[in-house]
Amino acid sequence: MTDQVTNASGAPIPAAQTRRDARDRVLGLGKKDFGLFLLVIALTMLAPFILNPFPEGSALSQFNAGYPDLMQRFVIFGIFAIGFNILFGLTGYLSFGHAAFLGVGSYAGIWAMKLLTLNVIPSIVTSIVVAGLFAAIVGFISLRRSGIYFSILTLAFAMMSFALAYSVLTPITGGETGMQLQYFDPRILDGPLEPGTTPRANLFGLEMAASYQLEVGAWLFTFNAGYYIAAIVMLIAFYLAIRIFRSPFGMMLRAIKSNQQRMNYTGLNSKPYTLAAFIISGMYAGLAGGLLVAMDTQVGAERMFWTASGEVVLMTILGGAGTLIGPVLGAGFIKYFENIVSKINESTLEAWFAFLPGGLSDAAVAVVYPFVGKGWHLTLGLLFMAVVIFLPGGLVQGGSKLATVFRRDRNAGPVEGAAAEKRQAAED
Amino acid sequence: MDAIILQILNGLDKGSAYALIALGLTLIFGTLGVVNFAHGALFMLGAFCAVTLSRLLQLSHEVVDDTRTDFLGNPLTVDVPYVYDIFGESAGAAIIDWAVPLAILFAIPIMILIGVVMERGLIKHFYKRPHADQILVTFGLAIVLQEVIKYFYGANPIPTPAPSAFVGSFDFGAVLGFDPGSIVYPYWRLIYFFFAAIVIAAVFAFLQFTTFGMVVRAGMADRETVTLLGIDIDKRFTIMFGLAAAVAGLAGVMYTPINSPNYHMGMDFLVLSFVVVVVGGMGSLPGAVLAGFLLGIIEAFASMSEVLEILPGINQIVIYLVAIIVLLTRPRGLMGRKGVMED
Repeated sequence: MTDQVTNASGAPIPAAQTRRDARDRVLGLGKKDFGLFLLVIALTMLAPFILNPFPEGSALSQFNAGYPDLMQRFVIFGIFAIGFNILFGLTGYLSFGHAAFLGVGSYAGIWAMKLLTLNVIPSIVTSIVVAGLFAAIVGFISLRRSGIYFSILTLAFAMMSFALAYSVLTPITGGETGMQLQYFDPRILDGPLEPGTTPRANLFGLEMAASYQLEVGAWLFTFNAGYYIAAIVMLIAFYLAIRIFRSPFGMMLRAIKSNQQRMNYTGLNSKPYTLAAFIISGMYAGLAGGLLVAMDTQVGAERMFWTASGEVVLMTILGGAGTLIGPVLGAGFIKYFENIVSKINESTLEAWFAFLPGGLSDAAVAVVYPFVGKGWHLTLGLLFMAVVIFLPGGLVQGGSKLATVFRRDRNAGPVEGAAAEKRQAAED
Repeated sequence: MDAIILQILNGLDKGSAYALIALGLTLIFGTLGVVNFAHGALFMLGAFCAVTLSRLLQLSHEVVDDTRTDFLGNPLTVDVPYVYDIFGESAGAAIIDWAVPLAILFAIPIMILIGVVMERGLIKHFYKRPHADQILVTFGLAIVLQEVIKYFYGANPIPTPAPSAFVGSFDFGAVLGFDPGSIVYPYWRLIYFFFAAIVIAAVFAFLQFTTFGMVVRAGMADRETVTLLGIDIDKRFTIMFGLAAAVAGLAGVMYTPINSPNYHMGMDFLVLSFVVVVVGGMGSLPGAVLAGFLLGIIEAFASMSEVLEILPGINQIVIYLVAIIVLLTRPRGLMGRKGVMED
C-alpha cells in the first residue's frame, strides 16, 4: 500500500485534482451529496407545507399528511430505515430482527425518562447506548454466520426479545399493557410531579407536543416542536450516513457485499467491519426507538414483533437498498400508506366515483375497494413484489429510469444503463 | 413417568405440523434452491381449503316444512343443504360432518395447482437472483396471499370442527398401566400425528422407490449432469414444488380442528418452520422431519409447570434458544449436507 491517491481504475490522480476535490467539498460532502443533503433539509423543514397541499375541509384534505403525529413517524422511521440500510444496503446482510433494537431502545428511553428526567436528550442518549450494546451482543453471535442463517439468527434473537418482553420481563417492560410514564416516577433530576399531572417529554422546557398553527386562507399548517426536533436528529443521522457511505469504511462494507472471499484472501478480516456496521445500524434503530418514546411517551412489546422487522425491510427495499435517499423515501411511502390510504372507506370511494354513470361507478368502487382501507396491506404487498421483481433498485432506480426516458439528452441513457449494469454485476 | 409421556405426546402434534411444513420447505430448497417465505401462506391456504369445502357442503336452500310451525304459527322454513338432496339426509349429514377429512381430497389438486402456478409464474424468474431477493419476493407474495384470504374470509378465526366420531380423548393412562385419566390425549391430535407420519413416509417412499423420485434425487445432487443426460429436470422440479405445496396444504387442512384457521396462521408457523429447517440442516429431508419433531417435543417439555417454575418464560423462547445453539455449534444444522448453503 502506498499513500498515493488513486482513482477507481488504479491510476494516480494528479495532486491538483485532489486539491480541487477537497476545495469542492462542503461539510466533507461531495457536490452531489451536498445537493442531496440540502434537498433533504429543505423537504424536512418545509414538510408542514409540502404535506398539506389541500385546503382544510376540501374533499382531498384527507390526503393531507401534515399533522404532527404522522410527520414524526415519517422522520423517525426514516432514521430506522437509514440505519437498516447501512447494514443491508452496504454489506448485504439481511437482518430480519431489527425491530428488537428499536424496542430495546424504546424501553431504555422510557426508563431514562422514569428514573432521570423528562428531558429527551438523556433519554435518547440512553436509547442509543443500550441499543448499541444489545446490537453488539446480538451481532457478535449472529455474524458468525451469513446468508439465510444470519437472517434466521437475527430473527430468533428478535423473537426471543419479544417473547421475553411479553412474559418474564414484565416488571421492566410492562408486558401486554406496555410502559407509560407516571407522575409518581422517581425522576432523580426532576423530582416527582404533582399527583394527577400527566408527565410530558420536553427539551429544556419545550414540550414535544407544543405546536404553532398557521392559517393561510383555507389552509392550516401545523408546526410541531417534536417534529422539528426529530427532523433535526434525522438530518444529523442522514448526514452521518452519507459520510459512512463515502468513507473508506463504507467502501470496505461494499467490498464485503460484492465478494467477501476475495477480501479474506487479501488478508483483511471482514468481521470487525460487519460488526461495526451492525452496531451502528442497531444504534440508529435505538435512536428511532428513543425518539418514538420521546414523542408518545409509551412503549409496547409489539414494537419488537417480527412484522415490525419485516416492515423496515419493506421500507428499505421499496425505496432502494444501498441508495442514500431510498430508505427515507420508502419509510415515508409506507407510513403514508399506512395512515392515509388505510383511512379511505367505501363512502369516500363512492364520492370520488360519483361522476361516473351509476353502474360504472359501483363497479369502480367494487374494484378499488379491496385495495384501500383495511386492504391497504394487499396494495403494499403487490407493490413490494412489483418492486422486487422489476426494480431491484427500488423507487430510486425507478425514478432514475424515468429521468433517463424523459431527458432530452438521449446520450445519457446508454451511459447510465451501462453504469447500472456494472453496478448490478458488482452486486451479484 | 406419565408426565413425560404426556409431554412427548403433546410435542408430537405440534412437531408433526412443523415437520410437514419444514419437509415442504426443504423439498423446495433442495430441488430448486429457492428460499420460500410464502410456504406458511401455503399452509394457511390448505387450512382455508378445508374451510371452503365445509362451507360449500353446507350450501343450502330454503324449504317449507309443513309438519312444523314457528312461533307465529306459520309453517317453518328450514335450510336444507344441497348434499341432502343428492345423497339423502343421513349420508348428507355424514358428509358434512366429515368435511375436514374430505377436504384432503379437495385440497390436493388445488394445492398442486397453486404450487405449479406459483413456480411457473413467479419463482422461476428468481433462480438466478440472490437468496435475499427470493426471500423478499416470496415474503411479498405471502403478504398478498394472506390479504386476499382476509378479504374473502374476514379476520376472525373460523371454527372448523373435526368429525364427531373423533371428538373426545383417548385415555393412554389406562392402556399403558398408569392411573386412568393421567394421560388423556384428544383423538384428533393422535390422528394428526399418524396422518403426518403417513404423509412423510409417502414423500420419502416416492423419492426413494419411484423412477421419478430417483431422477429428482439425482437432480438435487447434481443438476447439471442430469440435464446433460437429456432429462428435463425443470419440469420435474416444478412438480416437486407442487408436491411441496400439497404437503403444506395437507398439514393445514388437518390442522383446522386443532386451531381455528385465521389469515395469519401461516406467518405464525412460517417463522418457526424456518427455524426448524435451519436446525435440521438446509436441504436435508430427514433433518427437517427430525428437527420438527424434536423442537415440538422440546417446546412441550419447556411448557411443563415444573420447568416454568425454575426458568420462567422458557417455553416462549426455547425453540429460538435451541436454534441459536445448534447454529453456532453445528453450522450445517443437525443433518445438513456438506456444500449446501455453506454461508
